[in-house]
Amino acid sequence: MPITNKGLLEELTHISKQDELQHITKMLEKTDALMQQVSYALICGDNETVDRLTKQALDENYEANTILDDGLIAGMAIVGIKFRDNIIFVPEVLISARAMKAGMAHLEPILSASDIPPLGIVIMGTVKGDLHDIGKNLCIMMLRGAGFVVHDLGVDTKPEEFIEAIEEQEASLIGMSALLTTTMPNMGRTIEAFEEAGIRDAVKVMVGGAPVTQDFADEMGADGYGKDAIDCVDIAKELLNLK
Amino acid sequence: MTEQYLNFLDHLAKSPYFISDGGIGTYLQSHGLEPGDSPEKLNLTQPTVIRQMAKSFFDAGSDMVLTNSFGGNKFMLKKYGVESQLHEINREAASLGRMAAGENQWVIGSIGPSGEFLQPLGNVSHEEMYDAFAAQAQALEEGGANGILVETMTSLDEITIAIDAIHKSTALPILATMTFDKGPRGYFSMMGVTPDQTVTALSNTNVAVLGANCGNGIDQMTEIFELLRRTSSKPILIHSNAGIPKIVGKEVVYNEEPEYMAEYFISLIERGAKIVGGCCGVTPKHIEMLRDLLDKKGLC
Repeated sequence: MPITNKGLLEELTHISKQDELQHITKMLEKTDALMQQVSYALICGDNETVDRLTKQALDENYEANTILDDGLIAGMAIVGIKFRDNIIFVPEVLISARAMKAGMAHLEPILSASDIPPLGIVIMGTVKGDLHDIGKNLCIMMLRGAGFVVHDLGVDTKPEEFIEAIEEQEASLIGMSALLTTTMPNMGRTIEAFEEAGIRDAVKVMVGGAPVTQDFADEMGADGYGKDAIDCVDIAKELLNLK
Repeated sequence: MTEQYLNFLDHLAKSPYFISDGGIGTYLQSHGLEPGDSPEKLNLTQPTVIRQMAKSFFDAGSDMVLTNSFGGNKFMLKKYGVESQLHEINREAASLGRMAAGENQWVIGSIGPSGEFLQPLGNVSHEEMYDAFAAQAQALEEGGANGILVETMTSLDEITIAIDAIHKSTALPILATMTFDKGPRGYFSMMGVTPDQTVTALSNTNVAVLGANCGNGIDQMTEIFELLRRTSSKPILIHSNAGIPKIVGKEVVYNEEPEYMAEYFISLIERGAKIVGGCCGVTPKHIEMLRDLLDKKGLC
């Protein structure tokens, strides 16, 4: 099916990398007019339209998973590319995330009640001493959208809180975030605490946050590093061998 | 206009340049501040350390130092449960700086971002943000600050609200900086603001000096300076990090050495930067090296 939504066709002109353009085009060609409307509304950050169309799609007996993949996630993929390429910035991403949340509010109860087992159980938190959570919250939304069950420990998460949550939730993956260069070292200290508690081998650790780099992630012994919330889902799947 | 206003700006105008200070957060961490704890609380609990910090920078050759009040607005202090002490924390920040200052040494009140988004993106109204910046600025003025630097801003709305609030609630001269990152399409703040847009937005405000700080090493700060200079008719301030932080062992290290940075600082001065100094990772040693080299070159 060709892409019929004019807004989406316009959005595709923002994608400058050919392989990405092909990938996204292929993904959108599998979707119908209503799902394309959902994607476009999400990219525009129009949460009322996303809310209304998601409800409408469910009334028309679309599968929750289809709305998620073909509508919300397809739109978010374009948002991620535009963010990375400096076409849009944090405010626009936050507004799109809010629109995604409006759609997810309808889908989540259905997805969690279905028999489909979650992709994995993830614990997420901003590390000790750090109170910043915009990026972490975007990651959580993307992970939930992708089918993970995520337990959010919030900000200023002490190593023992991570450990407790891992044990309680039987999580296989944890994600740590830090915005401050001064609190970045607390990521490494948290990993050390996992080692001391004897649970390091039981979980995969992914890290992210503005000052965090791949080098830094390697240095502290993390298993994965993501530069943004879109990356986060790929890394999570990779670490849990779901790819 | 008060004497302070005339004094600081007069002296700035008469001097070829001012040397500012270095990174307060990184200084305090090497003097016992726990990572992630509120640096501003130390104004009340460790006044000697704060006064000594200002003195170290003045002794090294700084013409002006910033106060330890970057996160001293009510939103940030609330996160640490000390918002009821907002007035004392900011007043003492300025007062401790003044105690360390001698003749022709200036103490500039630091006001960092609120850490909140304005409505409709966030929950804070224009009025609430205005009031928060006004309260902080008044306390800094009461403590004896000679000016206010609104710094590390990323949103034009927030920086202009802060400037407006400071202008209307104090008699102090205002300096203002944004933080830019280099992306695939050039320099933008986190909120998508370019250096050009910053100059345009700030030229009609009551700022005496505008500029950029943090986020980059000094080579990139030099690029940002050039972008600001193209369009700004106001004097420019550059506060550079000592590079992008790296982790060595368990420590965060800023690896631009005093000598390396000094060369760039001098080049900035030669190109017309009015105030140069450091941000994260810049120590009194960096300032001392810069002052020494400037003295040797006869650029003082």
